[in-house]
Amino acid sequence: MGRPHAPFFAFFFLGLFTFSSPPATHAQESPYFVAYDHYLEEPGNLEIEYFSTFGTQRGGNDFHAFWTEFEYGATAWWTTELYLDGQTTFGDSTIFTGVRWENRFRPLKHEHFVNPIFYIEYEHKSGADKILKEGEGHDVESDFLIPNAVARKEHINEIELKLILSSTFKGWNFTENTLAAKNLSNSPWEFGYALGASRPLALKASARRCTLCPQNFVAGAEMYGGLGDRHSFGLHETSQYLAPVLGWNLPSGWGLRISPGFGLNDNSHRFLLRWGVTREIAGFGSMVARLFGGRP
Amino acid sequence: MKGVVFTSGIATVFLAASALLARQSAAPRFPAKDQKEDRKENSVYAELGKAPEKARAKRNPLEKDPEAPAAGRILFEQHCAECHGATAEGGKKGPNLRMEEVQNAQPGAIFWILTNGVVRKGMPVWSKLPEPQRWQLVSYLKSLRVATAKPADSNPSNPR
Repeated sequence: MGRPHAPFFAFFFLGLFTFSSPPATHAQESPYFVAYDHYLEEPGNLEIEYFSTFGTQRGGNDFHAFWTEFEYGATAWWTTELYLDGQTTFGDSTIFTGVRWENRFRPLKHEHFVNPIFYIEYEHKSGADKILKEGEGHDVESDFLIPNAVARKEHINEIELKLILSSTFKGWNFTENTLAAKNLSNSPWEFGYALGASRPLALKASARRCTLCPQNFVAGAEMYGGLGDRHSFGLHETSQYLAPVLGWNLPSGWGLRISPGFGLNDNSHRFLLRWGVTREIAGFGSMVARLFGGRP
Repeated sequence: MKGVVFTSGIATVFLAASALLARQSAAPRFPAKDQKEDRKENSVYAELGKAPEKARAKRNPLEKDPEAPAAGRILFEQHCAECHGATAEGGKKGPNLRMEEVQNAQPGAIFWILTNGVVRKGMPVWSKLPEPQRWQLVSYLKSLRVATAKPADSNPSNPR
């Protein structure tokens, strides 16, 4: 049975944290949706994020996939995230499609020209998952033609590893992510990649408080797709996307992101429109500590 | 139903892990105390001395920009005040930046700390702020007076 109001749970969480007035902090988020840079969440801060992806579907119904992220800075070198995913296929149904638990680790103490981050994620999802958070293996557009009622019966437990290599030079961020994913059932390792480049619209901050100052906007582009699997590595029968990205980090602690994405081959969805809203909560760790009787 | 139970389980584990980490990290490590005690226990100031000579020798390109401290102050409130206190007097997680160790440090050393963080001691990397913004922060920090010794009860949230 579908749950047509599932996206509103995400807004409920965002609203709950907003109106309970926790201290917000100005987020300085990258604008990427798929690629990761080497910056982790500040320790003790929680970022709640809601993202949507609208996608066109040849030969079937368009879809709207959505996910909520709870991103917590456990330490300055470890960020952990919980994802809740869902999707609506127009003319079909709205369903919850799974959870993901992601961890990113910074192995090096100092900043270098290229900064590595190790990423490990566990996914427990159904075959109806459509969030397209990464391109991997031989995932193609026609996979999404299966009706939700059928696709959701497939249960997938997957481990995903990434090596994130990111540089910041003269205000530009360049990042390269290499992905290897393994369905824990008897499936081969699958591979994928994501590339990103972005830059704030102004490098100097204004001496006055402002919402629309150019330094609050970050623009760039990302490209991502599958690289086949262990048996057939390469671009053959993979989907590939190119997407300009724009992020707006508001001084109030809110952040907005938007990205129109374009399929680069016939195996890709022709058009994806992604958008997201984020809210960073400063000192979440201390709040939880108080809740459990610890010292604030 | 199975999915709901599984999701709730994951969420509970996530919350419990957060609580555990929070309990370990929430105790104030840098209570506002007088300068002597601050110096003694905040070896974090020693991190400034670890900046390489080349980094220390860097001059602040915005040194003569009259707007830099004001812009840096806004950046400080947005990104740093959560740990270092609203006016850099020190907070639950970050040391007092009005201390003479910071005020007497070379601008390049402060810039180096901002760029690299002190990751193992909880200070994140701030190279995500573009270079001019990090220099604006340095300008703001250098514009602060050297802190004078505070009375013991000056910070009621950190009773002795």
